[in-house]
Amino acid sequence: MGRPGFVWAAPATLFFGLFALVPLVFVVVLSFTTWSGLGDPKFTGLDNWVAIFDDPILIKSLGLTVLFVVLALITQIPLSILLGVWAAGFQRNRAVLSAIYFIPLLLSSAAISVLWRALLDPNFGIPGQLPWLFGDGNLFGKQSSAIGVLTFVAMWQFTPFYTLIFQGAARAIPPVLYQAAQIDGAGTVSQFFNVTLPQLKNSIVTSVILMVVGGLTAFDTVLILTNGGPGTDTTVTPFYMYQKAFRAFDFGQASAIAVVLVLAATAISLVLVRVSGYGKMQSAQDGI
Amino acid sequence: MRTRTNYFAGFGSALWLLVVAIPVYVLVSASFQTQQGYSAGGPLALPTTFTLDNYANAFRSGFGLYFINTLVVTFSVIAIVLLLVPPLSYAIVRGQSRMTRGVFQLFLLGLAVPSTAVIVPIFYLISSAGLYDNLLGVILPTAAFALPVCTLILSGSMRDITPELYEAMAVDGASPLRTFFRLVVPLSKGGISTIVVFSALQAWNGFLFPLILTQSESTRMITLGLFNFQTQYGVNVPALLAAVMLSMLPVLLVYLFARRTLVQGLMGMGGK
Repeated sequence: MGRPGFVWAAPATLFFGLFALVPLVFVVVLSFTTWSGLGDPKFTGLDNWVAIFDDPILIKSLGLTVLFVVLALITQIPLSILLGVWAAGFQRNRAVLSAIYFIPLLLSSAAISVLWRALLDPNFGIPGQLPWLFGDGNLFGKQSSAIGVLTFVAMWQFTPFYTLIFQGAARAIPPVLYQAAQIDGAGTVSQFFNVTLPQLKNSIVTSVILMVVGGLTAFDTVLILTNGGPGTDTTVTPFYMYQKAFRAFDFGQASAIAVVLVLAATAISLVLVRVSGYGKMQSAQDGI
Repeated sequence: MRTRTNYFAGFGSALWLLVVAIPVYVLVSASFQTQQGYSAGGPLALPTTFTLDNYANAFRSGFGLYFINTLVVTFSVIAIVLLLVPPLSYAIVRGQSRMTRGVFQLFLLGLAVPSTAVIVPIFYLISSAGLYDNLLGVILPTAAFALPVCTLILSGSMRDITPELYEAMAVDGASPLRTFFRLVVPLSKGGISTIVVFSALQAWNGFLFPLILTQSESTRMITLGLFNFQTQYGVNVPALLAAVMLSMLPVLLVYLFARRTLVQGLMGMGGK
């Protein structure tokens, strides 16, 4: 009496199963077929799997994907920890500045990409105004500068989010830990490394997982900013999957690539959770 | 906490302030300048002209329609989430059968399914159902992929309702339906507004599903419209940036009037 039965959960479960879990199984099935979007998929065994691992562009894209994830980690994690810990102070000016830091979160990634594409336009953008800093100004024409642009825009887009996570986590650190450290004669720097950083461990693991999974699956900024170019020099694996599917209409190979991405993302997340030994959602909620 | 001023962090945060503020300044100032004025001065110059033409131009190019399409999708996604998530979370928090516990595990697993990875099967599913290039085809998967995070948020906030209150309802002989509407929903208003904001943001800012599931002008949503604008008006930066401004306007309004809820909704993205 008084307890809700399964019928309360059934509609949501069916709906979610149909649009998320069935497709997840289906993408594995499709990876063994050939399908161009018309007619029905036909089974071709392991053909797609042999083909994708023979594909030099895919191999290159995997390397680029790893590179982008590493660049995201080394640029965003230290910066957002510093900003988050700083913003965790309760001074009034920090609250005002935090409100400004927050602005990129209000823009969609499409809007952010379009904005930066305009700001960095070779003819009408900032690089043309500052030749001493940007040389010929065409940042999208070389691989190294195109990678730099994508890394920088990702930093601009996501640092505020991770800053909020670290701000919340830093505010939750018991002040008594700092008092104890001060009694022991620890200075600001020593307090940061011996008290703050260890206390932020869970948030750091959460952020790393989110960045890895995001890096392995997001391609909207690549599509809008560089379109994978110059050539295939910024074609990361998720973008290559999109191209295979919706430009080359080779849905079978695209599915095989998708399976690779899901397996990689899941494996890395599981390893990180296991190594650090905690469940991830509590910490993301700490940021609120 | 800290007593001494941290100059290093203070300097870093001032520097980052510039990195954030300069693009925002260019975004706002360029969107109100004529194209000639913008090209003459460059992005960083102080504005010398003022015009609303860029905004009018955005509407002439179909932005009004994209706005309405996006609103339709956003409200439909909110409606589906509100219809499905509160009963589900109630069952997860108060249900006793093994099945409801299994359901929670299922949604936790679902949290790990990246939408990008399933775009091919979703495309197959939606086109077989005859919903390709139809807003309903965007609404359904967008809502589905918002469910795991919403369920986590809402079941978390329903767990905060004390067992004594449920027992009091049970003593009165209240059915689950009555308990749900009299106790659970009123006491989890905070969680409900968070999931509304979260799912609204997912729908409003969504790019992936509109990209692969729609095609024609009549079903275009704002994010995709921006992408198309860029290829069309790539050289007319002020027109492009006015469109970017319009796309963020509703989110900005929510930010100004319900900042706390918006931040919580945004933090829900942590689950994505």
